[in-house]
Amino acid sequence: MKVVLDHLTKKFPSRNKKTDDEVIAVNDFCFEIPDGKLIGLLGPSGCGKSTALNLISGLLKPTDGRVFFGDDDVTDLPPELRGVGLVFQNYALYPHLTVRENIRFPLENLKGADRPSKEEMERRVKEAADLVQIGQLLERKPSEMSGGQQQRVAIARAVVKMPKVLLLDEPLSNLDARLRLQTREEIRRIQRETGITTVFVTHDQEEAMSISDLIVVMKDGKIHQIDRPQAVYDDPIDLFVAKFLGTPPINVFEGRVKGERLYVGEDCVLETRGVDDRDVWVGIRPEAFTLDAAGPMRCGLVGVEVMGRDSTVIATHPAFTGTNIRAIIPAECAREVGEGAVRFSLKDFKVHLFDRQTEARLRFEVK
Amino acid sequence: MESRENNNLKAWLYLLPAMLFLGVFMVYPLIDVFIYSFEEGYNSASQTFFGVGLYNYSYVLHDPYFLQALRNTFILVIITVPVSTGLALLISVGLNSIKPLRNLFQTVYFLPYVTNTLAVGLVFMILFKPTAYSDGLVNLLIRAFGGKSVDFIEGPYWAKMFVLCFYTVWVVMPFKILILTSALAGVNQDYYNAAKVDGTSSFRIFRKITLPMISPMIFYLVITGFIGAFKAYSDAVALFGTNLNAAEMNTIVGYVYDMLYGDSGGYPSFASAAAIILFAVVLTITCINLSISKKHVHY
Repeated sequence: MKVVLDHLTKKFPSRNKKTDDEVIAVNDFCFEIPDGKLIGLLGPSGCGKSTALNLISGLLKPTDGRVFFGDDDVTDLPPELRGVGLVFQNYALYPHLTVRENIRFPLENLKGADRPSKEEMERRVKEAADLVQIGQLLERKPSEMSGGQQQRVAIARAVVKMPKVLLLDEPLSNLDARLRLQTREEIRRIQRETGITTVFVTHDQEEAMSISDLIVVMKDGKIHQIDRPQAVYDDPIDLFVAKFLGTPPINVFEGRVKGERLYVGEDCVLETRGVDDRDVWVGIRPEAFTLDAAGPMRCGLVGVEVMGRDSTVIATHPAFTGTNIRAIIPAECAREVGEGAVRFSLKDFKVHLFDRQTEARLRFEVK
Repeated sequence: MESRENNNLKAWLYLLPAMLFLGVFMVYPLIDVFIYSFEEGYNSASQTFFGVGLYNYSYVLHDPYFLQALRNTFILVIITVPVSTGLALLISVGLNSIKPLRNLFQTVYFLPYVTNTLAVGLVFMILFKPTAYSDGLVNLLIRAFGGKSVDFIEGPYWAKMFVLCFYTVWVVMPFKILILTSALAGVNQDYYNAAKVDGTSSFRIFRKITLPMISPMIFYLVITGFIGAFKAYSDAVALFGTNLNAAEMNTIVGYVYDMLYGDSGGYPSFASAAAIILFAVVLTITCINLSISKKHVHY
């Protein structure tokens, strides 16, 4: 089932009655989630991700705009008639019911012809439990399970009624790092096996990148970019998206374009065609740096962090906006790093220019 | 080792004041009451008694006034505990589901709790007591609907019992509403959202989610409600005056008081025996409550 958001907007009235400024949590969302895909809603805390999710689930009514499931307009339908499964950040498992009763709960709500027989319910509970691999834990109470197991129960409860759309609200943020990695692969597997169109909300860019078919990057209720994870990373539309994706984050420098040459501080690092003379932000991905004794980028050396597979060169530069530049180089090259100073050349396709005022991307051709 | 002994000593030192007061004012009197209840013909002035035995219990259990008090207390408990808890639950759920004026209503429902007992008694007099000038507000209402007026304070037994139950329910409810509204507000909204997305009917949400989630609080209210109702006394006095035996409205605690200080008083042994019987009854009921709760309360 594809999901279409058409100029979806949600405004909340101001808490302060004297001032009249309302909060626009979701501002004019327009996009289509293709059938059977997993889409990641990514943004910093408080950017309206969960509001957007709740608009799709029907728990919130939009101020403006429509929501379509397939060709059906579901904007005015209550959540139970939309056929969505929702997984909460804190799982919201009923603590007084066993795992079996928790998973069966949505089925028991069905009435009339939709209501499956006892045996059918039992079969579907078992099936859902097996899907998330907790088949042997059905008689436990949620409090007797680990966070990861509880999360699986929550997913089983959401998929047992075979929803058209599965919505996951920060499903991994209550898990520890190891479990997070494991559970996110699990979610991907379950989504592939069931083929349910899935919306996944997260503030963790790595999480979103690793499991999504499409990423929606948003901030302050506005969509900044929608694309495949790799495309969003390689080709960010503005400075916010460039900074939000990637660990370690992109290195941002004050730069200047003059006569089709890009200057970072005193260093002329690249030749750029197609950008007028102006001040710019220069975003350089950590992996864009190559050690080069004759390279144009002259940096002060702070140190080298060894990671095993590769090494991080920590350096300084007068035009850098933060404190330390982090450049990732292959481990075997790290031996070449001298003392006091280091010089880099840059891979041009990993260097992005942004307008100093609007922070929009400035595209250039390399000579 | 030494530091542990030191710690132990310190712990006892910290506990000492509380234990001292509890011992002197709670444990010692309790043991004393227990002993009194077996001392036959105890005279508090001369501190003498004839013998030791079960005569006090047998006297109390054969005293028609005690049996009346026992019956009254049981009726009061059986009616007021479920009614007040049920009503409080209903009102709390109602309060929890409205947004505008919620604070106002919460204050209104809490007012009886902070109102003086005598003032409440006065209000109930206006409502129920016939005077030289009027029959009381309730009788006016009954007559307006074509009924016959009833003397609620000095009339038939059922009318007096009704007023006593009504009064008790009204007095104990604010506290229950307070506890239940905060219990309801404490239920995570996500449970309701999850249930809503799954299409759960509101009755089923109440029965399958709300009730189990607040069951510890309900249980707490039932237990304390039982104990409080078994200890009822002042309410009856506020309504019917101090001569409760004559009004057939005495309670067990009232009987104990009468045996000690009332016009027919001066029998601490009988009072002690009655108090021990009350203790046994409350203990039994609480044990039954606890064992039932194991099945139905979800922590």
